[in-house]
Amino acid sequence: MTSAAPTTRARALRPRSAIPGFGLTLGFTLLYLSLIVLIPLAGVFLKSASLGWEGIWHVVSSPRVVAALKLSFGAALIGAGINAVFGTLVAWVFVRYQFPGKRFFDAAIDLPFALPTAVAGIALTALYAPNGWIGQYLEPLGIKVAYSPLGVIVACTFISLPFVVRTVQPVLEEAEKELEEAAASLGANRWQTITRVILPTVLPALITGFTLAFARAVGEYGSIIFIAGNLPMVSEIAPLLIIIKLEEFDYAGATAVAAAMLVLSFLLLLVINGLQIWTRSRRNRK
Amino acid sequence: MSPAIDHSLQDPPQLPREPLIEKNAVITEAPWVRRTLTAVALLFLCGFLLLPLVAVFVEALRNGVETYFEALKDPDALAAIELTLIAAAIAVPLNLVFGVSAAWAITKFEFRGKSLLVSLIDLPFSVSPVVAGLIYVLIFGSHGWAGPWLSEHGIKVLFSTPGIVLATVFVTFPFIARELIPLMTEQGTDDEQAALSLGATGWQTFWRVTLPNIKWGLLYGVLLCNARAMGEFGAVSVVSGHIRGQTNTMPLHVEILYNEYQFSAAFAVASLLAMLALLTLGIKSWLEWRHSDELSATRRH
Repeated sequence: MTSAAPTTRARALRPRSAIPGFGLTLGFTLLYLSLIVLIPLAGVFLKSASLGWEGIWHVVSSPRVVAALKLSFGAALIGAGINAVFGTLVAWVFVRYQFPGKRFFDAAIDLPFALPTAVAGIALTALYAPNGWIGQYLEPLGIKVAYSPLGVIVACTFISLPFVVRTVQPVLEEAEKELEEAAASLGANRWQTITRVILPTVLPALITGFTLAFARAVGEYGSIIFIAGNLPMVSEIAPLLIIIKLEEFDYAGATAVAAAMLVLSFLLLLVINGLQIWTRSRRNRK
Repeated sequence: MSPAIDHSLQDPPQLPREPLIEKNAVITEAPWVRRTLTAVALLFLCGFLLLPLVAVFVEALRNGVETYFEALKDPDALAAIELTLIAAAIAVPLNLVFGVSAAWAITKFEFRGKSLLVSLIDLPFSVSPVVAGLIYVLIFGSHGWAGPWLSEHGIKVLFSTPGIVLATVFVTFPFIARELIPLMTEQGTDDEQAALSLGATGWQTFWRVTLPNIKWGLLYGVLLCNARAMGEFGAVSVVSGHIRGQTNTMPLHVEILYNEYQFSAAFAVASLLAMLALLTLGIKSWLEWRHSDELSATRRH
């Protein structure tokens, strides 16, 4: 058996290459992708198409679903925002300053990726519950974190923490320090250099990190349900509503909420992508 | 006459960069600013990352070591551990074969629609885990498309191991392909071309040339894929049906124990998962430091 002889059909598909295996690997890739991802996902769209716009709107416009969608998207945006600020700060400190334990903290950044979400959920609840490690000091101040929307924000912040750090860090590492020296020699003070030279350089990466963090947080389920308390209309997130509807065998309702989530995230990501293209083109024009 | 070559001109001495930046007053901040920023960043990391991790172990051992091990020796806990290992043992190799195959097709050949294919591979990352579970319920559920046919033939997908494996495969789908594609793009096809021109067959080239080149990147992808496979909660929760001792994975067992107010037991099982996470991070960091040039550029430190 010689696997090195490409068939005429394979040759027509691609420029000639001496490397074998094109048909086999691409064929398997497409088959596996279709079976596991594409066909099942298409099912959601078929199902929501069979409901029609009115059917979807009827489910989505009910007050409980609106409240859940608001909470999921609001908390994810705030969580991603917190990470945009602190993630950039952490990336800056890691790239520019020396301190003991840097390697350890650098490795620890990826913990939310590696730690199962259910574990994160019960751990955060143990910390922020009214009698918890941190919660007991916040309770007298009138701040209720666990079992309230604030808890959802805390969980969103935790699970999306690595994204901004990991996208901003490499850009800061590669940023040319000569530009900063030039700015300084032209009379800019440090603050001006940071806001006018460094920030514009990292802004596209920052927006990418923010987007990834948001996308992850908006669909998050495991870490949130423990700390949220899941009170309808108050601290109930949209993915939980999907599960509740599924448990009631309301497949149509569950699909409608899922479709609304997909469409809303898609629209938001479109806006954020547009923002990114705008910042890039603005920079290039300068 | 033999001219002495002055190598010092060709190889300028490598200056240690970092300390210079700290001493270069115009491009750094005052010491007190540096210290404050570092303190704020570390405080944020300690509060948000390390404290939850510490909480898992402290809460797990709150009622003593004996209760801790009793919770782990519970038959339901053992069944959950077994199911988690089975699901990962099926899902990871499947996605490994897919990842290598997809990376081979994408990096060794030029064809139309390649960038679309790459984005489609990333698709499962942007789908909420709950929606990932939902799509399989819509297909295999009792009111789903294939549900009635399957139950007629006595095949059970939903609320049993196949459903859990499917959901796990879906959420861990992109990990290995995503790790290999940038790495193999960087490596190009020169090594394979050389092997083939020397008479190696396609499979020989793959096993003896490509695989040794990508082994660390492959391990990196498997590591991340496995961590997610064992820890997945949302997607598996939708398809599992939560039958104790039968369709409960470790994360689901944690949830059940927690909701039954068996906090120490819940944290005990959770501590096993936390140890898995620490092990994953440890090996990952080791790979990044030790074999950084054999990982894709984005992973280098």
